[in-house]
Amino acid sequence: MRNAFADEITKIAQKRDDVVLLSGDIGNRLFDKFKEVAPGRFFNCGVAEANMIGVAAGMAASGLKPVCYTIASFITYRVIEQIRLDLGYHHQNIVLVGTGSGLSYASLGSTHHSVEDMGMLRLIPGLAVLAPGDEMELRPALRAALGYPGPVYIRIGKKGEPVVHKTEPKIAIGQALKLREGKDAWILSLGNTLPMVMEAADELEARGIKCGVASMGSLKPLDTEFLAEVFGAAKVVATLEEHSVLGGLGTATAEWMAANSAGAKAKLITFGTPDKFLHATTHQRSARAWAGLTVSEVVKRIEKHCA
Amino acid sequence: MDLLVALYWGFLRIDPKNTDSPNRDRFILSKGHAAPALYVTLCKRGFFSQRLLDEYGNDGAALAEQPAPKCAPGVEWATGSLGHGLSVGVGMALSARIQKQNYRTVVLLSDGECNEGSVWEAAMFAAAQKIGCLTVLVDYNKWQATGRSEEVMALAPLRDKWEAFGWEAIEVNGHDFAEISSALACAEMPDRTQPLAIVAHTIKGRGVSFMEDDNNWHYRIPNEEELVAAKKELGVA
Repeated sequence: MRNAFADEITKIAQKRDDVVLLSGDIGNRLFDKFKEVAPGRFFNCGVAEANMIGVAAGMAASGLKPVCYTIASFITYRVIEQIRLDLGYHHQNIVLVGTGSGLSYASLGSTHHSVEDMGMLRLIPGLAVLAPGDEMELRPALRAALGYPGPVYIRIGKKGEPVVHKTEPKIAIGQALKLREGKDAWILSLGNTLPMVMEAADELEARGIKCGVASMGSLKPLDTEFLAEVFGAAKVVATLEEHSVLGGLGTATAEWMAANSAGAKAKLITFGTPDKFLHATTHQRSARAWAGLTVSEVVKRIEKHCA
Repeated sequence: MDLLVALYWGFLRIDPKNTDSPNRDRFILSKGHAAPALYVTLCKRGFFSQRLLDEYGNDGAALAEQPAPKCAPGVEWATGSLGHGLSVGVGMALSARIQKQNYRTVVLLSDGECNEGSVWEAAMFAAAQKIGCLTVLVDYNKWQATGRSEEVMALAPLRDKWEAFGWEAIEVNGHDFAEISSALACAEMPDRTQPLAIVAHTIKGRGVSFMEDDNNWHYRIPNEEELVAAKKELGVA
């Protein structure tokens, strides 16, 4: 996904001279093309994320469109007050891109995991939290983010993830994207778990359960119209994200259910990481298995609840 | 207060009637707790009416106790949590370069604020970017919230610190207008490639004998009697 980000932001900067890219000393050679097409508009801000966010805020206040890029855990946890005040309180359109999000960098340890980032950022008033399902979703999401009336956090994976969409889908911030229709069950995927969710839906179909899939794309604003539709029709709705079961899509959906209990017929199942640190040295696949984020586990739990 | 007077009457290229002009000089009061001093300055400089100033402190008043976003004409940035203003000022100063404008950016810090690591992140970055159109003033009154700034964080030698971070740094008496103006004149030098730090030695509560250098006045509100005495000493009775 990160190569697609670099490519897309370069294309945008070619057309718009107000777009500025700030990086927290990562992306070795990733932005060479950007520097070529937008000389003077790329800033390596060093290993100093708090300053990077403040600088971006000052640029936005002066009429520019800054995009900040670094590892998801550093562009969120470390600078939460800068995000809250300099971006949120001032309500500025600045795009934060967190790369290697969720368990993408599982093998680097919990310092590089970001499974609480979306939960934290969704508390900030006016800030949109986006998590595209693949690189085809990322490109239009990035373009939409640059026109959003407020700050936007886009959480992306690493490189080489499977691509689900054959062509670029139409993306509107706050609108779920249906990939297949369901009847018995729905899986709402947030972020780079989309390929796995598609596989799980195939497997459920083979077992006689008609399971719909949507890439939510946006945790905030949340597509509550879509939630009303699927909760009113199916038996089971599962949320799935490479994020803690606390604070993310599962929680946001449960909050919606609590406020709209009359319309919610379906049972909610949440898939996400448990409320604990992962201490083992693992690759992303094993880390997902630790969290129950596997095709077999998803199929097993949904099948059980559909019975 | 003296630093604000020197800036608003002697340095900043601003038009109180055209506060959104893209090429206006930017000033950020990063030590947001000094907001009343900024409000008085902006009012006297013609940015807004005396009525707005008189409402300060009332329930529902436009002027927040610490600057809020766009709470009054001339307030460039909301501050109050220390350590934010310099980074934002660096962003504004870089924008001038990107957009080929020639405005200057000035950020006023407190010495206690220099405890914050983000101030020094911004200082290093500004030097690396060779931002000549950026000036910092440090209100060096040697006090922070609950102690002497030297004892809490070994702040001295403060001028040397800014120099070591790649800035041109000048020490002045922060109550001497000639010294402040002559330091600010350095910021006017054409083709500067170094940001400028003016370390202004000040005395907290200067001009009121019973308040000078007494940190309790960081918190206390004068009673009627003290107010009369203070105004008399300041010659504004």
